[in-house]
Amino acid sequence: MIETISDIVRFPLPVGEDFFIKRHRFEAGDKNKKRICIVTGIHGDELEGQFVCYEVARKIKKAAGKLSGIVDIYPAMNPFGIDSITRGIPAFDLDMNRIFPGNTDGDMNEYLASEIIKELTGADLVLDIHASNIFLTEVPQIRINEVSANELVPLAQKSNMDLVWIHGNSTVLESTMAYSLNSRGTKTLVVEMGVGMRITKEYGEQLTSGIFSLMSELEIWQGDVDNIKSPIIAHDSDGTDVCFLNASCTGVYIKEKEYGALVQKGDLVGRIISPLSGDVLEDVRAPEDGLLFTVREYPIVDEGSLMGRILRKKVLLENKK
Amino acid sequence: MKKSEIYSFKGLYRDDFKVTGYEFGEGNKTVCIVGSLRGNEYQQIYVCSRLIEKLKEIEEAGMIKKGKSIMVIPCANPYSVNIKKRFWSIDNTDINRMFPGYDLGETTQRIADGIFKVVKEYKYGIQFASFYMPGHFIPQVRMMKTGNENVDLARKFGLPYIVLHKPRPFDTTTLNYNWQIWDTEAFSIYTSSTEKIDKKSANLGVNAVLNFLEREGVIEYKSVPFFPSKVVESDKFITIRSSNAGFLDSIAKVGAEVHKGQIIAYITDPYTAQVLQTVKADHDGVIAFAYDSPLAYKNTALFKIIP
Ligand SMILES: [Zn+2]
Repeated sequence: MIETISDIVRFPLPVGEDFFIKRHRFEAGDKNKKRICIVTGIHGDELEGQFVCYEVARKIKKAAGKLSGIVDIYPAMNPFGIDSITRGIPAFDLDMNRIFPGNTDGDMNEYLASEIIKELTGADLVLDIHASNIFLTEVPQIRINEVSANELVPLAQKSNMDLVWIHGNSTVLESTMAYSLNSRGTKTLVVEMGVGMRITKEYGEQLTSGIFSLMSELEIWQGDVDNIKSPIIAHDSDGTDVCFLNASCTGVYIKEKEYGALVQKGDLVGRIISPLSGDVLEDVRAPEDGLLFTVREYPIVDEGSLMGRILRKKVLLENKK
Repeated sequence: MKKSEIYSFKGLYRDDFKVTGYEFGEGNKTVCIVGSLRGNEYQQIYVCSRLIEKLKEIEEAGMIKKGKSIMVIPCANPYSVNIKKRFWSIDNTDINRMFPGYDLGETTQRIADGIFKVVKEYKYGIQFASFYMPGHFIPQVRMMKTGNENVDLARKFGLPYIVLHKPRPFDTTTLNYNWQIWDTEAFSIYTSSTEKIDKKSANLGVNAVLNFLEREGVIEYKSVPFFPSKVVESDKFITIRSSNAGFLDSIAKVGAEVHKGQIIAYITDPYTAQVLQTVKADHDGVIAFAYDSPLAYKNTALFKIIP
């Protein structure tokens, strides 16, 4: 096995520093080997993928003889963001996942985006690991744009996640990295799990098992693979599978139910309180039966803030069939 | 002049969030003008305030035509302005990426919806917009090239330039784009600055709106300076980029005519003052945009030239 750490892009910054993006490559086997790319850190405040990168590298090193292909790990696509607890690209106030496919002749960020696309295009599978944001915890899930559902769902089923959410397309999503890659024929799965600014170790371990399962599927990994759970699949192109809980007023949110809870219509999911008056401003109740797969972590809510998402019971029943 | 609340909600430890509108004249909803949607758009608020001042005079003099009404919304986001943050205070989302909005959605979607419900009723929509990069613009009217843009209408502003640009994916969630989708003729006006107040170009912006109102028969008003407009497509702009990172020492100003080969800036080493790049105009033309931060990254668009 050959192991290399190299820069996929490097250029000078204005004052005494170079900018670079690092890649850790593991390579073994003969000519027609396949390649999987583990990408994370496009959003600088999402850190769940950090542990996954470490775990995947650690496990490959421990059983190097079992590798027969290429595993590329990119732990920090937005190093400025990770360094400064910033979701987007600081100094530009720009969401990096809204600038793809980029432009070689464009500014620094457009250039970066185009180099990233160049680097990843042609891989047999790309995994783009996100961690919700600092406000919400998500159960481990794969999000798939309906336009690439046929190619991606069979792979997503092998990824050891709890949920596969197939959602409708929108023009805005066309500027994400996953959309750019999928539209170029490079299969890309988007993982959302856990919460921003934190690492949930058990989720990291769950996804790591999923990644080895996918590697095995692609014949990149000859070693053992853990038992893989089959995810709930929500074919939600029409947007009717999920109900959203938005705050009816501004206040402090106290959660009463944890993510992954099965709730029944009328169950108390959380409360919005006023510390100033000592009153409950809103009892947040489940509008329907289902699975609470998103919960609010960050307590301050404005009118409209998302407090949770419930996967409707009909989807759970469809999956039982 | 009638002052009204366009959208509001209660704050937790802050005063209520309020979007305020100023209405002039009565009758058909004819022209709506929107200022800042972001917290750093001071110039855009300022231009609206000067416009409101003028429209008040015009209304008091009985010079708004019967059956026409005008709405000015100087600021859609006072919460962010007051804390000097560009985007939404808590989640950093951009109201101008949330149109047409959603009344049951997240906070900035609700704000966008609250505003859009009001502004979409108007025949013409004018937004004082800002560019995402720090820099100065030549005053211009921008229109999206959707195929049914009415350039002759844009000439009625009497600004020197009309710029047409092709919508990109994120444009579909802007106010301007959604105005057009909902059958309002929409224009964006760029005066030269954003975070600094530039009185001269603010005045140009106010005059541009007054010219338009007068030529569309909304107000009676003696003409103010009026230029024949040159129409340019934004992809015909020539971008001059830094090939090195460093300090920018800019020589040429926005609006200046430059010649091919003319030195317009230097990029210097911030530690040794050594010149790393002598930036030259590669075409004859007029400078339409000039970057104005001392810090230049590699590949930064330093100038845009109209050939
Ligand atoms: Zn993310």
